[in-house]
Amino acid sequence: MKRYLIQRFAYAVITLFIIVSATFLLMQLLPGTPYSNAEKLTESQRAILDAKYGLDKPVALQYLTYIGNLVQGDLGYSFQYQGRTVMSMIGDRIGPSALIGLQGLVFGTIIGLVLGIISALRHNTAIDYVSVTIAVLGMSIPSFVFAALLQYYIGVKLGWLPVALWENYQSTILPSLALSVTVIATVARFIRSEMLEVLGQDYVTTARAKGLNESGVIWKHVIRNALIPVVTMLGPLAVSIMTGTLVIEKIFGVPGLGEQFTLSILVLDYSVIMGITLLYSALFIFVVFVVDVLYGLLDPRIDLKGGSKA
Amino acid sequence: MNNHILEVNNLHVSFKTRNGEVPAVRGVNFSLKKGETLAIVGESGSGKSVTAKSIMQLLPKQNTMIPEGEIRYEGKDLLKFSKKEIQNIRGSDISMVFQDPMTSLNPTMKIGKQIMEGLSRHMKLTKKQARERAKEMLELVGIPNAEARLDAYPHQFSGGMRQRVVIAIALACNPKVLIADEPTTALDVTIQAQILRLMRGLQEKMDTAIVLITHDLGVVANMADRVAVMYAGEVVEQGTLDEIFYSPQHPYTLGLLRSMPNLDAPRTEPLIPIPGSPPDPATLGTGCPFAARCPYTMKVCHDFNPDYTAVSGTQAVRCWLQDERTPEEHVPEVIRKGRQTSEIAADQAAIDAAGGVPV
Repeated sequence: MKRYLIQRFAYAVITLFIIVSATFLLMQLLPGTPYSNAEKLTESQRAILDAKYGLDKPVALQYLTYIGNLVQGDLGYSFQYQGRTVMSMIGDRIGPSALIGLQGLVFGTIIGLVLGIISALRHNTAIDYVSVTIAVLGMSIPSFVFAALLQYYIGVKLGWLPVALWENYQSTILPSLALSVTVIATVARFIRSEMLEVLGQDYVTTARAKGLNESGVIWKHVIRNALIPVVTMLGPLAVSIMTGTLVIEKIFGVPGLGEQFTLSILVLDYSVIMGITLLYSALFIFVVFVVDVLYGLLDPRIDLKGGSKA
Repeated sequence: MNNHILEVNNLHVSFKTRNGEVPAVRGVNFSLKKGETLAIVGESGSGKSVTAKSIMQLLPKQNTMIPEGEIRYEGKDLLKFSKKEIQNIRGSDISMVFQDPMTSLNPTMKIGKQIMEGLSRHMKLTKKQARERAKEMLELVGIPNAEARLDAYPHQFSGGMRQRVVIAIALACNPKVLIADEPTTALDVTIQAQILRLMRGLQEKMDTAIVLITHDLGVVANMADRVAVMYAGEVVEQGTLDEIFYSPQHPYTLGLLRSMPNLDAPRTEPLIPIPGSPPDPATLGTGCPFAARCPYTMKVCHDFNPDYTAVSGTQAVRCWLQDERTPEEHVPEVIRKGRQTSEIAADQAAIDAAGGVPV
């Protein structure tokens, strides 16, 4: 187990290093400068600014400086906002994103599981068709359509919840609901097919042949085995949804990370782009790792000892 | 009440498919006494497994129909039982061993727990008692270091060991009837012999009646007291082991026996296969289902399905050759000879059995 952890950690560091290097390189290829009104600057003004931000040095040196700072845990300062560290900017912005993301994820997972499980247990009945339809709609209709519908009906027509803006807890509900639609659809489809597969397994017949009642068979033998693969899918989904989604945050006026990320790309705020990319990647790698360890705990057939190639 | 523990009368099972109703079992009859072993043999698709699963009512509800027949366990018709009553019977009075030990155990549940489940369900044991009993069962089926193995998972066992566990699960609550659906098909030959020996030993100890489903005549010779031969959803011939092996009366049974290698015959002698393949159950006509492949067909065979003819007190055949209106010269010699030797077959068999039919 220890050997496995060390191995995984080493891989994670290497992966992150590659991601950082690639992002850094790609950013250099972007046309333009981080300065607003760059075209109005004179040669000498530009030279002064470049010198101030260290952009006059060769790319290789900039890269080495960045890596050097990064190793010490320093993500640098924003180009856009005077004197603000990337760290503090991420800190300010991640809260709202994580909150609506988490709410959407939990709500969506529960509803998705219930929908998918019922659907599998009532395979090829009206309930199954209805829930498959819901899942397909949820997958194929973009989330901003649901966002707009929620705003119009619940926010404007019924007036139950605020249409947008980030003021109190009530403001978090509609964006969370809008986010949960994709989660519901994904989870429901996934658990349904897993359940159907497990229901056809011989060991389920064995369980029935033991005289267990149907709910005992479903709970102890079917759902547990069907849930294991769901964990693999849920991890990455959680990262992508909790680190902020541009569209939903824009529509509901949520001051989240997704919005900040887009903005920083538009104004070429190099250090912020780097910082947020790094955060996404690190979280992703971490979650995939957690999922792998969790999988080993849930499924006795998977053995993490001995540093296997898996 | 007679002394039959299990009786299947005129059982019909059919499946609903997109192309309409397909009959899989068409009027099966057999019965089983306490401690007896009945082998049901037949090719794939002959309805053996469907018959076995319908006794336990383990077939999928949505597309299975049992339009006719009864399955009497201790005189009571299981088909009239409620869901709850059937669950009480499953695993405690009648249990089942499945074909593939690699897939018939839950991969994420400890072996001990899988055995204990049935025990706490039927025998109302406490956890501790159930665990103790589970350990005894593992010892009984010959798994060494039973106490520790209770906490192992199925993937830590070999195929043969897993089948022992499956047998332990099936026998944990002392069932009166054990249905073994091709219990050794997925195992290699040496393990097969071990498992069969184990089943026979446990049967003697517990006085369990066994319904053994198989297509392996070697297994039949080793295990069975009586044999039912199935073809296209019907039992075409039924009799004691000796009757079936030494005086088969149905051309299909005869064909099966001829296609089995015989250690006593010279090696150069080729096996005689049955030409053709079993009929599609969806397109069965009114005649005898074996007519198309039978070397002794008569006109009547294609139009009418024969009824049972009792050859002896224990042997019954479904074949027009047995009908008294069939001219004697049309009945092939092997079958005529079988009929004559029917009485002395028992003695003959005893002598032959000493030589042993190899497993």
